[in-house]
Amino acid sequence: MPKDHGIGASTKRREDVRFLTGKGVYTDDMRVYGQTYAVFVRSQVAHGRIKSINTGNAAAMPGVLAVFTGEDFKDVGGNPAGWLIKSRNGEAMREPKRPVLAHSKVRHVGDAYAAVIAETYAQAKDAAQQLADDTEIEELPAIVDMAAALGNTSNRVHDEIPDNQCYDWGWIEDNRAAVDAAIKAAPHVTTLELVNNRLVPNAMEPRASIGEYFPGTGDYKLTTTSQNPHLTRLLVAAFVLGIPENKLTVVAPDVGGGFGSKIYHYGEEALVLAAAKKLCRPVRWTAERSESFLSDAHGRDHVTKIELASDLEGNFIAFRTETMANVGAYLSNFATVTPTFLHGTLMAGPYKVPHVYVNVKTVFTNTAPVDAYRGAGRPEATYSLERVVDKMCRELNLDPFEVRRKNFITTDMFPYTTPVALAYDTGNYHATLDKVMEMADVAGFEKRRAESAKRGKLRGMGLSTWIEACGIAPSHLVGILGARVGLYDAATVRVNATGNISVMVGAHSHGQGHETVFPQIVASKLGVPESSVEIVHGDTSKIPFGMGSYGSRSLAVCGVAMDKALDKIVAKGKKIAAHMLEASEDDITFEDGRFSVAGTDKAKTFGEIAFSAYVPHNYPLETLEPGLEETAFYDPANFTYPAGAYICEAEVDAETGKVDILAFYCADDFGNIMNPMIVEGQVHGGVGQGIGQALVENTYYDSNGQLLTGSYMDYAMPRATDVPFYTVDYSCQTPCTHNPLGVKGCGEAGAIGSPPAVVNAVIDALQRGGHTHVTHIDMPVSPSRVWSAING
Amino acid sequence: MQLTDQRIINAAPETVWAAIMNPEVLKACVPGCESMTGSAAEGYAAVVVQKVGPVSARFTGLVRLSDIVEGREVTLSGEGKGGPAGFAKGSAKVTMAPEGGGTLLTYEVNANVGGKLAQLGSRIIDGFAKKMADQFFERFQETIEAPGAEEETVLAEGEEAPKRGWLRRMFGNESKGGKE
Repeated sequence: MPKDHGIGASTKRREDVRFLTGKGVYTDDMRVYGQTYAVFVRSQVAHGRIKSINTGNAAAMPGVLAVFTGEDFKDVGGNPAGWLIKSRNGEAMREPKRPVLAHSKVRHVGDAYAAVIAETYAQAKDAAQQLADDTEIEELPAIVDMAAALGNTSNRVHDEIPDNQCYDWGWIEDNRAAVDAAIKAAPHVTTLELVNNRLVPNAMEPRASIGEYFPGTGDYKLTTTSQNPHLTRLLVAAFVLGIPENKLTVVAPDVGGGFGSKIYHYGEEALVLAAAKKLCRPVRWTAERSESFLSDAHGRDHVTKIELASDLEGNFIAFRTETMANVGAYLSNFATVTPTFLHGTLMAGPYKVPHVYVNVKTVFTNTAPVDAYRGAGRPEATYSLERVVDKMCRELNLDPFEVRRKNFITTDMFPYTTPVALAYDTGNYHATLDKVMEMADVAGFEKRRAESAKRGKLRGMGLSTWIEACGIAPSHLVGILGARVGLYDAATVRVNATGNISVMVGAHSHGQGHETVFPQIVASKLGVPESSVEIVHGDTSKIPFGMGSYGSRSLAVCGVAMDKALDKIVAKGKKIAAHMLEASEDDITFEDGRFSVAGTDKAKTFGEIAFSAYVPHNYPLETLEPGLEETAFYDPANFTYPAGAYICEAEVDAETGKVDILAFYCADDFGNIMNPMIVEGQVHGGVGQGIGQALVENTYYDSNGQLLTGSYMDYAMPRATDVPFYTVDYSCQTPCTHNPLGVKGCGEAGAIGSPPAVVNAVIDALQRGGHTHVTHIDMPVSPSRVWSAING
Repeated sequence: MQLTDQRIINAAPETVWAAIMNPEVLKACVPGCESMTGSAAEGYAAVVVQKVGPVSARFTGLVRLSDIVEGREVTLSGEGKGGPAGFAKGSAKVTMAPEGGGTLLTYEVNANVGGKLAQLGSRIIDGFAKKMADQFFERFQETIEAPGAEEETVLAEGEEAPKRGWLRRMFGNESKGGKE
C-alpha cells in the first residue's frame, strides 16, 4: 500500500500550486517604493587594460543618478574563495582579488567594469552604452586554451600570477610513487584522454538583486537569487563591503533554479547595496539572458588523461589521473574545491582498487568563472572512471557487467576507506547493478539490437556504476581539507499556541520541494497533519542560520537538524505533559500525537500541550519554561554516499551520426526515502541535465575569448525529444549509518551517473556496428562528431 | 574566420592600384558604407551600417592601409565598433599582378567579431564575412570596369548625364578625396 501521509508518502508538492499558477514571488516580481535601476557595463573583449573611463557624459544623461566604476570599490574587500587549496609543493594557491567591478583590467567578455543607476531601466541602459563608448580599453591577447595558458609567463590573466596556474594539486601525494610503480608493472594499462565539456547553468530565472538602505536605522536589505542567503550575507557583509552582519538582511524569495550557479556571491549584489546606500533609494538589477551566459559561473571544463592498470582478467590495480581544470578569470567561491576535493576524492569510485592518484592543475583563463554545477567534480570523476573502465573492457574483451561486479567493494567491507581518503559508511553496489540489469532486460538486448539493425540503425547499451559524496558537511573534515567555512545546518521548530507549526530552516528551496518534504517529516514525528506545518526559508531575519542548499545537503544535513529540533520539542512536550498529567517525566510516552502516562489511559494531545505551553497559568516556572520552540544545529560525522547503476540504451544512425536515446534505467541507493515522487523528480531532472551534457550542450569560446554560444540559438539545451521516458528505481536501500533519518542525497545523482552511460552506449553501438576504430568521442556526442568519428 | 579568393579585373594594374587607394572607391564598394573620410596615409574614418543575423548596427571605425608595396600589394585593416552590437575586426591583404591585359587580384580576408555579434551571430558570421568580401570585390570590379571609369565620358549622347568616372573625380575639381 502506498503511504498517503508523512515519511515515505508521495505527497504532492504544495509549492507547485503557486508556481504553476503564476503566483510565485521572485526577486524581479518585487516592486519597492522609490526604486531605481542598475545596468552594468561589461567588457566586450576577453582581456584588456582599461586606459580611461570618462563618466561625465553618462552621468549627465537624463535620469542618471550615479555612475560607479572599479575605482569606487578599489578600497573595499574582494569576493573571496571559500576553500584554500595547497599545491603539491606545499605552497598556497594563488588567489587574485576579485573586485566588485573590474579595476585596471578586464579579464573576460562580460566582466563588469562600471554600472549606471538611473530612474528608469531605459535611461540606465542608454547611459551604460554611453559609458561604454567613452571607455578606452586596450585589447590584450586572450588566454583561452588551458594548455597554452599554463606556464605562459608573458601573457597573464592576473599580472601577479606568473604562469596562470592557481595550484598544482596531488591527491594523495603519498600515493604517487606506489601508483606509478603499479602502473609500470601492470599486465595491462588502458589510457584515455577526454574533455569534460564546459556547461552554462541556465537556471530558468536569471540572477536578480534589489539593494535597500534604511538611513533611519542604518540597516541594509538585499533581496537576491541565492541558494544560501546566510552565506551571501557573510560574504557581502564581512568580506566585501564591511557591513556588520546584524545590519544586513538577505532575502532569497522564490528562486527559479540554481544548479550551483546561485550559491556564489556576485559583484552585482554588492553594487546594488553600495548604490542604495549612496542614493538612499532602492536599486534593482535583473540579468538579461545574455548577461547570464556571460557572467553566471559556468560548470565542468576539465581536460583529463586517465590511466587504468589492471590484470588481464580485469581486476583493477591502479587509477592515475592528470587533469587540467579551468577556473576562468576569477576564483568563484567554490571554484577551488570543485576540481579537487569534490573530484579527486571520488577517483576510487565504488571499486576496491588499491592504488589511486590524482593530479589537478587549475588554470586561470580569460573566460567566465567556472564553479560547481549540479554534481560539481563528481560528474567529472564518474565520467573519467566509467569511460576508462568501459574502454578497458573492450581492450581486454571482457564483459562490462562482470568487470564491475568483480571490482566492487563488497557489503562486508564497510565502513571502507578508499586510497583517496573517503570513508564510505555503507552501500550495496552489487544490488543496484543486479537491479538495473533486471530493469533493462540485459539478456534481451541482442534481440533488440537485431531489430534495430533491420531498420538500419546501430543499437548500443552503456553502463555506468557511480558513487558520490554528498550532504556536503562535516565541518571538522572540510576544515582539514581547507574549507574556510563550517558546513552544518540549522532549524528552528516553532509550535504556535493553536498547535500549528512553523519550521525555519537553513536549507533553501529553489525547486527541490522542501516546503512539501520537510512537513512530511514533522508530521510523522509529531503526529500532526502535514497541512499544519509551514516551512520558512530564505530570509536571514527569520531563520536561525543555514549554509543553504547545494551538494545534495538539504535533507541529509538541514533535514536532520530539523529532526533533532523535533526531538527537543518532544522532550519539552513530555515535560509539559508530566506537569499537566501529574506524572513523572520518565513515565510519559509520545506516540501518534499523544503524550500518555505509560500503563494508564491518561493522555494529552499534542495540541493541548502546545496550548498549555503558551497559556501557562499554573506552571512551576522554576523548572518549566513556557513556550514550545526549539532550535538545533547539526554537523554530521561524514558525507553521505549514495550510489547506483545506470543503463542507457541508444540507437545511432550511421548515415547522419544522430543519437537517439531509447531507454534510460536508474537503480539508485539513496538510503531511506522521504517522498518517492520527489526523489523520482530529482533523478529525472539530473539525468536530463546529464543527457544534455552528453548529447547537446557545449560552451565554446573562440581563440579571442569571444563566447560564441551566448544565446539559445547557439547553446543547445536538451529538449523533450532528446530524452526518453526514464525508468527509475530506489528500492535498494542501505540507510546512511550516521544520520538518524538514514538518508543520503539524491539531487545530483542523475547528473553524475548519466553522461558516461550515454557515451558508453554510443561507443557500444558503433563498435557492435563494425566501426571498431571508434574508441572514444568527446561530449557532446553530436551528429557531426559521431559522423566524423565513423568516417575517420 | 579566413577566406582567400581571386578575380580577374579588366583593367591595368596601375588603374586597379589607384582605385584601391581611393577613399571614394572604397566608400562606393564597402557594402553599407555611409561615409568614408581621410587619406591613404592617415587612414580612413568610416561609418558602415550592417545587419548580421539578428543584430543590426552602425559601425564606426578606422581603416588603415599598411604593408604597402607600391602598385602590387596592400593590406587594409580596420576595426568597427557597433556599440551594443559588439565589434568587428578584419583585414584584407590584396595583391595585384598583370594577367593578360588585365589584373589578377588576390585577396586574403581575416575577420573577427566580438561582443553580442559573437554571442548571437557566430553561426552565420563566416557566411556573412564571405558575402561582404564578395560584394566588396564585385562592386570594386564593377566600378573599375564601368564604362568611362577612367576618363570623362567621351560621348555624352544620352539624355541623362553620364556617370563621372572615379578617376576624373579623383583628380578633377570635384575631388572629395581629402578630408571634408
